[in-house]
Amino acid sequence: MELRIDTPDNGSGCTSGSCGSSELGHLPEHIRAKVFNHPCYSEEAHHYFARMHVAVAPACNIQCNYCNRKYDCANESRPGVVSELHHPQQAVKKVLAVAATIPQMTVLGIAGPGDPLANPERTFETFRMLSEQAPDIKLCVSTNGLSLPAQIEELTKYNIDHVTITINCVDPDVGAKIYPWIFWKNQRIKGRAASAILIEQQQLGLEMLVARGILVKVNSVLIPGVNDQHLIEVSKIVKAKGAFLHNVMPLISEAEHGTFYGMTGQRGPTSTELQTLQDQCAGDMNMMRHCRQCRADAVGLLGEDRGAEFTMDKIEAMDINYPEAMKIRAGVHAAINQTLESKRLAKTSQVINISNLKQNKLRPVLMAVASKGSDLINEHFGHAKEFLVYEASQNGVRFIGHRKTAAYCSGDDSCGEGETALQRSLKVLQGCEVVLCSKIGIEPWVPLEAAGIQPNVEHAMESIEEAIATVYQEMRAAGKLTLKQQQKVA
Amino acid sequence: MAFEIIEYCVNCWACVPVCPNQAIYEAKPHFLINPDKCNECVGDYKVSQCVSICPIEGALLNEQGEPLNPPGSLTGIPPELYAELVEKHSREKALWPA
Repeated sequence: MELRIDTPDNGSGCTSGSCGSSELGHLPEHIRAKVFNHPCYSEEAHHYFARMHVAVAPACNIQCNYCNRKYDCANESRPGVVSELHHPQQAVKKVLAVAATIPQMTVLGIAGPGDPLANPERTFETFRMLSEQAPDIKLCVSTNGLSLPAQIEELTKYNIDHVTITINCVDPDVGAKIYPWIFWKNQRIKGRAASAILIEQQQLGLEMLVARGILVKVNSVLIPGVNDQHLIEVSKIVKAKGAFLHNVMPLISEAEHGTFYGMTGQRGPTSTELQTLQDQCAGDMNMMRHCRQCRADAVGLLGEDRGAEFTMDKIEAMDINYPEAMKIRAGVHAAINQTLESKRLAKTSQVINISNLKQNKLRPVLMAVASKGSDLINEHFGHAKEFLVYEASQNGVRFIGHRKTAAYCSGDDSCGEGETALQRSLKVLQGCEVVLCSKIGIEPWVPLEAAGIQPNVEHAMESIEEAIATVYQEMRAAGKLTLKQQQKVA
Repeated sequence: MAFEIIEYCVNCWACVPVCPNQAIYEAKPHFLINPDKCNECVGDYKVSQCVSICPIEGALLNEQGEPLNPPGSLTGIPPELYAELVEKHSREKALWPA
C-alpha cells in the first residue's frame, strides 16, 4: 500500500500539501496558465512570487460591520488598513520602484482602503498607466460588487487578470446583519433593502465578468452565528456561476478596532471552526487556505510586508529605469518557473511506501510547521510568527491553513496583549500533535509536551511534506495511529 | 445655506466625487466645504449627497450646528461606546493624511 504525496482529489477536498497548486491542477488549462505564478492563488507560487497593493481608492459606497473607516495602525495587518494614501501618479511610481527592487513581484492589486470601483477615476487611471508602462505585471482588483455592473465596460479595457468580489451572503436577511447601509442611486439605503440591492449587483457582476472571460475569485468573511452555515450555499452558488476560487476568511474583530462587531462583542471563528467550514465548502469549490488577509497597502511575499521600504519619500529618491528592470525581471521569473516546474515533476513521481496500511484504519494527525518559506522547515520555534498546519492521513498530506502566533496586531502593550508568546503559541497549536521546526529552546519544550504537542527538530531544512509523511510513518510504527474505540464514537 | 465638515472627518474622499457642486475640497487636517458653493443639494437631489455617503457619524453639521448623521445612526454602535473610542483615538493620528 502506498501513501501518495500528491494525489488528485479523492473526494475530501484538497489532498496535497500544495493545496493551492494541486487544486489549480483541476482547473482548465487556460485558467491554470493565468494563475500558476500568482502568489495569492497558488500555495506553491506564494513561496516564490510577491505581490503588492497600492492604496489609491479611499472612498467606499457601503458600510460593513467588520470595517471601521477611521484609523490606521502600522502594527496591524488586515484588509482595509493602510498607512499612506496615493494619487495614481504616485502609485505608479511606487509600483515601478517595487517591481525593479523586488523582481519576484508579479502582481499588483488595488484593494482599497475603500472600494476600488467606488473610486473609478483613480483606480482606472492607475491601471491605464501601469498597463502601458509595466506590461509584465498582472493587474487585479477587489470590490464589494455594488458598482461592478455599472463599471464592467471600463474594467474590461485594462487587461485585468482577476477580480475578487467579497460576497458574504446571498440572502438579504443574513445581509441585514452584516451591512448597515449602502449608497445607491444618490441615496443612503439601510437595512434589508440595502442588502437585497448589494446581493443583486454582486451576482450580476459575477455573471458579467464570467461572460467576459475575466477570472473571478470570491472572498467571504466567516462570521460565527451570522453567516457560517450560509456560506456553504454561497460557495455552491458562486461556483455554479463560474467563480474559480472561494476564499473563506475568518472575521477579525477586536474592540480596539472600533468596528460594530468589535464593539458589540461579535467574536471571530476559532481555527477549528474555520477549518471545518473550509472543508464543508471544499467539496463544492477550490479553497484558498494560505490567504494571509493582507493590508490594502501590503508589499512583498505573502506573510511579509516590506511596505516600510517604499514610502513616498524613499521612492522619490529612487531612480528607476523600468525597461532595464524588466529584462532582469524576465530572467528571475524564468528561473522561478523552472524551479516550480522541476518541483512539480519531482512531486508527481514521489510515492512513499507504507506497508500494512490495509490492516487497520489509521487516524489523521494535525502537525504544525515553523517555516520562513521555500517549502522548508527552516524557522526557529520562538521566532515563528505563524505556523503552517498540515493534516497527515492515509490519504496523504494536505495543507490545512496557517495560524498566527501573534495576533494580526503585534503591537506594544497599549494594544492590550495580555498573554505571553508561549501561551499564545500553545493556544494556536491546539489540536496539533507535532510541531516541526528548525530549532527550539528547552523552555517551551516541556509545556508543549505536557500539552500533547511533540516538538520535533529532526527534519530541520527538509521539505515540509516529506518530513510530515516521515513523521506520520514513525507514529504509525510506534502504534500511535490506531483508531481507538472512543475516538470512533466521537 | 451650507453644510460644514468638522474634525471627526477621516478624509476618506467619499463625499468629494458625489457633490454636484464641487463644493468639497481636500484640506488639512480634514476636508472642507466651500460655503459659497454648497447649496445642500437643493434642486439637484432629493437628499444631500455628502450626508448620504459619509460613513462617519457627526462629521457633517447643518447650519444650526447639528450633526446630520447623529451618533448611532450609521454604524449601530451604541453612542456611549463610540464616544469612548473617539476619546481614546483622538490623541492618535487620523487615518489618512489630507
